[in-house]
This record gives sequence, C-alpha cells and structure tokens, in this order.
Amino acid sequence: MKRTIFNNQLLPWLLLAPQLAITFIFFIWPAGQAIRQSFLREDAFGINSSFVGLRNFHGLLDSAQYLNSMKVTVIFAVSVTVVSMGVALLLAVAVDRMLRSSRVYTTLLVWPYAVAPAVAGILWWFIFNPTVGIMPYILDVIGYDWNHNRSKTDAMILVVIASAWKQISYNFLFFVAGLQAIPASLREAAAIDGAGPVRRFFDITFPLLSPTTFFLLVVNIVYAMFETFAVIDSTTGGGPAQATNIMVYKVYFDGFIGQNLGSSAAQSVILMMIVIALTVIQFRYVEKRVEY
Amino acid sequence: MIENRPGLSFLAHLVLIAGVVIVALPVWVAFVASTRGATDFMSGTIPMWPGPHLIENYRTMLDTGLSTSGTPPVGLMMFNSLVMALSIAIGKIAISMLSAFAIVYFRFPFRGLAFWCIFITLMLPVEVRIVPSFQVVAGLGLLNSYAGLSLPLIASATATFLFRQVFMTIPDELTEAARIDGAGPMKFFRDILLPLSRTNMAALFVILFIYGWNQYLWPLLITTDAQYYTIVAGIKRMADVVDGLPQWHLVMATAILAMLPPVAVVIGMQRLFVKGLVETEK
Repeated sequence: MKRTIFNNQLLPWLLLAPQLAITFIFFIWPAGQAIRQSFLREDAFGINSSFVGLRNFHGLLDSAQYLNSMKVTVIFAVSVTVVSMGVALLLAVAVDRMLRSSRVYTTLLVWPYAVAPAVAGILWWFIFNPTVGIMPYILDVIGYDWNHNRSKTDAMILVVIASAWKQISYNFLFFVAGLQAIPASLREAAAIDGAGPVRRFFDITFPLLSPTTFFLLVVNIVYAMFETFAVIDSTTGGGPAQATNIMVYKVYFDGFIGQNLGSSAAQSVILMMIVIALTVIQFRYVEKRVEY
Repeated sequence: MIENRPGLSFLAHLVLIAGVVIVALPVWVAFVASTRGATDFMSGTIPMWPGPHLIENYRTMLDTGLSTSGTPPVGLMMFNSLVMALSIAIGKIAISMLSAFAIVYFRFPFRGLAFWCIFITLMLPVEVRIVPSFQVVAGLGLLNSYAGLSLPLIASATATFLFRQVFMTIPDELTEAARIDGAGPMKFFRDILLPLSRTNMAALFVILFIYGWNQYLWPLLITTDAQYYTIVAGIKRMADVVDGLPQWHLVMATAILAMLPPVAVVIGMQRLFVKGLVETEK
C-alpha cells in the first residue's frame, strides 16, 4: 500500500479507460455471449435461435466424439507435460554442474521458445512426412512403418513431439532458475555426510525444487490444453479419425467449420471453467510461495 | 561444484550436447530443405547437407511468394507480422502501465472492481471465446485490418501485475518529493515512473514481441484478404496443397524466415528475455 497518493477522482478512470474498454469489448462481452449461446440453439446464420436450457451440455456429454476429445486432451496434455518437463529437468541439472560453459549451452537451448507453435508443427510434420521425411526413412530401417495420416498412435506421437519440443526451453529456464535458488551449502553439507550425487538429487534438490515443478506443471497443462491449437491445425488437423482432436480444436472446428454454434459455445464454457480452475490453483498454491 | 567428478561432468556435457542436437535438428532439416531445388524431393529422402539454391529460393519467396497457394509475397507477410507484433507489444505495455499507475497511485471508488476486471482476462484466452470474439470483431468492421489483428490481443493482466509490482517497490519518498516540488500525477509518471521502469519495459517488450509475432489462430480467422496475411498464419496456407505434394523447399524457406526475427530477438536480448519471462510469470 502506498502512503503517498494523488487526490484525483477523474484521472484514474481516464488512465484505466483503454484497458477496461478493451477488456469489456474483447474479453468480457464475448465470454458473456459464449455463455448465452451455450443455452441457445441457433441456425448457421444466427437468424433463428431458441432457448434450449442445458440441452447443449447434455448433448456434449452424450456425444462419443466429445468424450473422445476429452480423453485425447488428457493423454495429450499429460504426455506433453511429462516429456517437456522431464527433458528440461535433465538438461537443467546438467547445466547446473557447468561453471564456465553454462551460458553457451543456455543460449543454444533457449531459442525454440521463440519459434511459433505453428512453425514447430510444420517442421516436425516435414521431418515425419511419410513420403519425404527423414524419420520415417530411419524408422523403416528398424522395421516400423510410420504414417501419421493413417495411424492414430503415430499422429498422437507427432503432435506430442512438436508441442513438447517447443516447451522444453521454457521449462529449462525455470528449472535452471529454481536450481540456482537452492543454497549450495545444503548440498555441500550432504556431500560431506557422504551422500552421492543421485541421493543428493532425490533427497535434497528435487524436494526443494517442488515449488518450481508445481508451477511448471500448471503452466504446461495450460500450454498443452490451450496454446497448442496451432500445432494441431498445422499438422494433423485433429485426425486421423479424431485421434488428435483436442478440446480447443473441437471448439473451433464445431463453431467455424461445422457451424454448430450452440455446441461450440457450450464447449467454450466448459473450457472456461477449466481455465478458471487452473488459474485459481496457480494463484492459491504458487503465488503464496512468492514473496512480493 | 561440490566435488570433482570428471565422469559426471563428461556425462553432463553429453546430455547437453544431445539436447542441443535434438533442439536444433528440425531447424537444420528445414534449412537444408530450403536450399534445395524442387527435384531433390522426388527421390524419396531429403539430403542432410545444403544444396546450391539458397539465394534463389529465398529471393523467390520474399519477392513473389508461392502464388499457387494464394498467398502474397513473404516480404509483405513479414511486414504484416511486424506491424502486428509491434502494435501488440507497444499497446500492451502502454495500457498496462497506465492502468497499473491508476491502481497503485490513486484511491477511487470501485478500484477493486476495476482490478478484478483486468484480472479476469487471465482466465479468458482467445481459444475459449473464439466464435463470439470473431462476431464482435466482425460487428465492429475490423476484419482484414491491422486494428483487428492487434486490438483484441492488447489487454494484459500479467503486464498490469508486473508494473504494479514495479511501482510498489518505488519508495514513497520519491512521490513525496515530487509532490513538494509541485509535480502533478502525469508529470510524476513521465519524469519518474517511466525512466525507473525502463528495463522492465524492455524485458516485457521482448516477450510480447514474440507473443505477437507467433499468433496463429486469431490472424487465421480474421484475415481473408491476402494483403493482411501474417507469415505464421500464411505458412499453413502454403503447406496445404489440395492435390500433389507441397513445394517443400519453398515452404521450408518460409518457415526459416518466419522464425528468424523472434529467434534473433531471443538470442540477441537473452538477458532481457529471461528477466521478462521470469518476472511476468511469477
């Protein structure tokens, strides 16, 4: 709290006006519309609409496609989170040992953060392309016939790799910061007591890293659920046979391509509740540990 | 380093080198593909070393583009992306600073409510309100315009929080001194707050520039006129060939061009980038 403030009643509103205007027009109003539309059944042109109560939500929960999309989302989000955090932690622990070369390695590892998810998707899509890609060629040698246009598993692996690849650098930076925040004296004391590097990692480093890990867990789930739209759209387009149709992609597909506005809006409302839950978790448990 | 174990250090180097290779592999493959001619892809596998068509391919894409896909020259798309990224970064910083200033330095009715309205934007990513947001932008006549590309993405709760934190750490004595000297709130903002938050602004700018440049869904939805295509959204339009194979060498040249500016920003401003990232997220 500031002790010294300015006494002016109109000025603060003028200062807030641009932010509040944009928030109302582009955030709160559309969100309200999504909630309203989720209770309506509209034709594709939005001319006729009738109130149908919760029928859109019931329809979703009865729809095998929607339940499949939920399942796909869970598998996808868990895989992306585990792969990207696992690799990042390994790299961060390795860099933490380096005294002189850590800056060079960090520079070589952070730049994928800047690659757009859509571009990451295109790159991996090319590498795994069944006709010209390099990976199917290598996999063929060991007897695996890769084709993400036909195989559901291959398609899922492709989108997980493309999404996790992009996220490694982000997790890496936060893990490195987390490791550096652990006092060296703790690990030194354990070393004097005769604890080896592996034991030190699991008994001291990893528990002390848990706030970072938990923060990254939430951020990665949010990333995998909401920001990978571009990866899906630029590679598999949700296919084959709905195998990579994550919930965010389905909202777009049903709303814009399928023109089923009521169902798409109901899906938006469900996603909003998930984001709210994740944000609350993040603030309740993560922010508490950070001193301002 | 706690003890000297050459074996472990060697292993750490090995892990890191493997990491660097994995991280760089797709870009290397794309770069190699972008230096080849169209016929190099007929044989089945892509070579692992660059070919002789580097300058030719990139010049083609920048000047004329892939006309068969209905996309404009890549040069124009990069310009559009630049306009969008700069508007979003500058816009977000400007409106977030002003609102953080209002919240920290004034007491007024409904201050808490205003703060909550800003906070709520955290929970409403564009992906979950796509259809109604599109309808709002269409209703305002902003389809196919730079305003439509950037305005709806300009509000930012995290940037507001960041500046709020920065302002909270500025000592009250400075404000008092400014007031005794007869400075009004806007003079105080311009002469004291702005210079003191310069590095935060720069760090945030790096993050937001990348965020804006990499937008995909939004530009894909609201631009139907090729004049307003951004490069990240345009690349998908190039790769989507209805019959036949994509022109891989040209698509990959575009991919390289699309990632060049944001990657250059991250590498060139690594210190600011890390500062911005860690501060805005925590």
